[in-house]
Amino acid sequence: MSRKPRIIFPVHIRLQRHAQVALSSLGRLSRNALSSLMTCAVIGIALALPVGLHVMLHNLQQVSGSWESGASISVFLKQKVSEEQAASLAEKLRKHQRIQEVQLITRSDALQEFQRQSGFADALQALDYNPLPNLLFIQPKTDFTTAEKAQQLVQELRLLPEADIVQLDLQWVRRLQAITIIAQRAVVVLTALLSMAVLLIVGNTIRLEIQNRRTEIEITKLIGATNAFIRRPFLYTGFWYGLFGGLIAWSLVALAISLLSGPVATLAQLYQSSFDLSNLDATTALILLGGSSLLGLLGSWMAVGRHLSAIQPS
Amino acid sequence: MIHFDNVSKRYPGGHTGLSHVNLRIDAEEMVFLTGHSGAGKSTLLKLIGLLERSSAGQVHVNGRNLTRLKNRQIPYHRREVGMIFQDHRLLFDRTVFDNVALPLVVSGLGHKEIGRRVRAALDKVGLLHKERAAPVTLSGGEQQRVGIARAVVSKPPLVLADEPTGNLDPELSQEIMNLFSDFNRVGVTLLIASHDIALIRGMNKRILTLSNGALVADSKTETVDVT
Repeated sequence: MSRKPRIIFPVHIRLQRHAQVALSSLGRLSRNALSSLMTCAVIGIALALPVGLHVMLHNLQQVSGSWESGASISVFLKQKVSEEQAASLAEKLRKHQRIQEVQLITRSDALQEFQRQSGFADALQALDYNPLPNLLFIQPKTDFTTAEKAQQLVQELRLLPEADIVQLDLQWVRRLQAITIIAQRAVVVLTALLSMAVLLIVGNTIRLEIQNRRTEIEITKLIGATNAFIRRPFLYTGFWYGLFGGLIAWSLVALAISLLSGPVATLAQLYQSSFDLSNLDATTALILLGGSSLLGLLGSWMAVGRHLSAIQPS
Repeated sequence: MIHFDNVSKRYPGGHTGLSHVNLRIDAEEMVFLTGHSGAGKSTLLKLIGLLERSSAGQVHVNGRNLTRLKNRQIPYHRREVGMIFQDHRLLFDRTVFDNVALPLVVSGLGHKEIGRRVRAALDKVGLLHKERAAPVTLSGGEQQRVGIARAVVSKPPLVLADEPTGNLDPELSQEIMNLFSDFNRVGVTLLIASHDIALIRGMNKRILTLSNGALVADSKTETVDVT
């Protein structure tokens, strides 16, 4: 008796089959539009969270980057330095080649301001002397505003006999950056957790789908379908869930950004900044869509691997 | 075509499906399998279609030793065995055409070839005009003919039928049997399980009789009377 040779079908027929399965699984999703949409929305919301945070952090980094370049130095002078001495020191420093501008805040000005704003007016009046020092507020020239060069200038200013405390107002920018790094780590953790959630959502949806189509799977197995053939529509379904979930996440983030951008622009104007909230860039969007499709595929792969082999025709 | 060598099948729990069955069916034969319900007719067919594996003994089908066939090779074996069931096992969310096309889709044929072959098979069972219909709108006899068209559409050398006329009246049953005879005339080997003694005697073909899992009579080697 002769054995039929296994037929290898040409590429275009196999591609045609894949396209057919992809479209028919899409059609199946659209027939149950509401429940499909709900699954995609759950995936979308889960993914929108880390992606949205990532975009916000990205914006924050841009802002703090521009702040760093505007670093200024505060020089608190010693108590014994008089206002006249402070004024002449300010004049001297204005000629310094690395300094753009020096603003003198005298101890009496500072006291008045402090009394006005702090609410400690009575307490301060009880003191018989002014405890506040004279302050020189120094803006380095633009060439010397990077953290490193500003630090050099700070060292130089510390050598002044009149100087008590010299403080580079970069500290809080640095702290902000440190917090940003923690937040970035948190985004990574959140992404990992919510990706797992997406895997489970897709896996569970596909598991239910497999149960619903049990008879169909049995019959196709009877007729000689390979596991790959039976797996294929479910894998495509998972892929579509992931892709549409990614698209929903994208639009949710875009919507949130456009809602925030108005108030943020107003706030930026108040700080004399032309900062504009930037949206999801193309690379991130591509990573989002690719990643979500992959998650969908993986989730359905896991479900299919576990549940399909359990169904055998009888 | 089919060769059973001392084949036994025991189910978990101790129930015996088949015991020590020896059997040889040649290519292009048309054979009936009869016996009371629970005698092992379905088990025998299931072993051939590899829905079950034998507990002991060797089963050869179409030159293949099924005992040694790996699980991943089962689909390719099933494509060469057309199976027909009492309950038809049609997919009710698809048209008649799509049901009959399924074996061809599964083996990956192009859609032009599928269309040609499906229409040929539907024409043979007299349902060409119903290709767009949903299976639920068909009568029991028509549904069974869709099942038959599906079993033969990929031109398998062997067709198995388990009680194909179980739910049909005598006239329709006879029609189905005549259809099987037509397939047999063009070289298809058929093994048909049925307890309708009157019907299968009228066909004047080889009859195998099972009782409690054992092959008790074969009309090819002896005169049988099992009534």
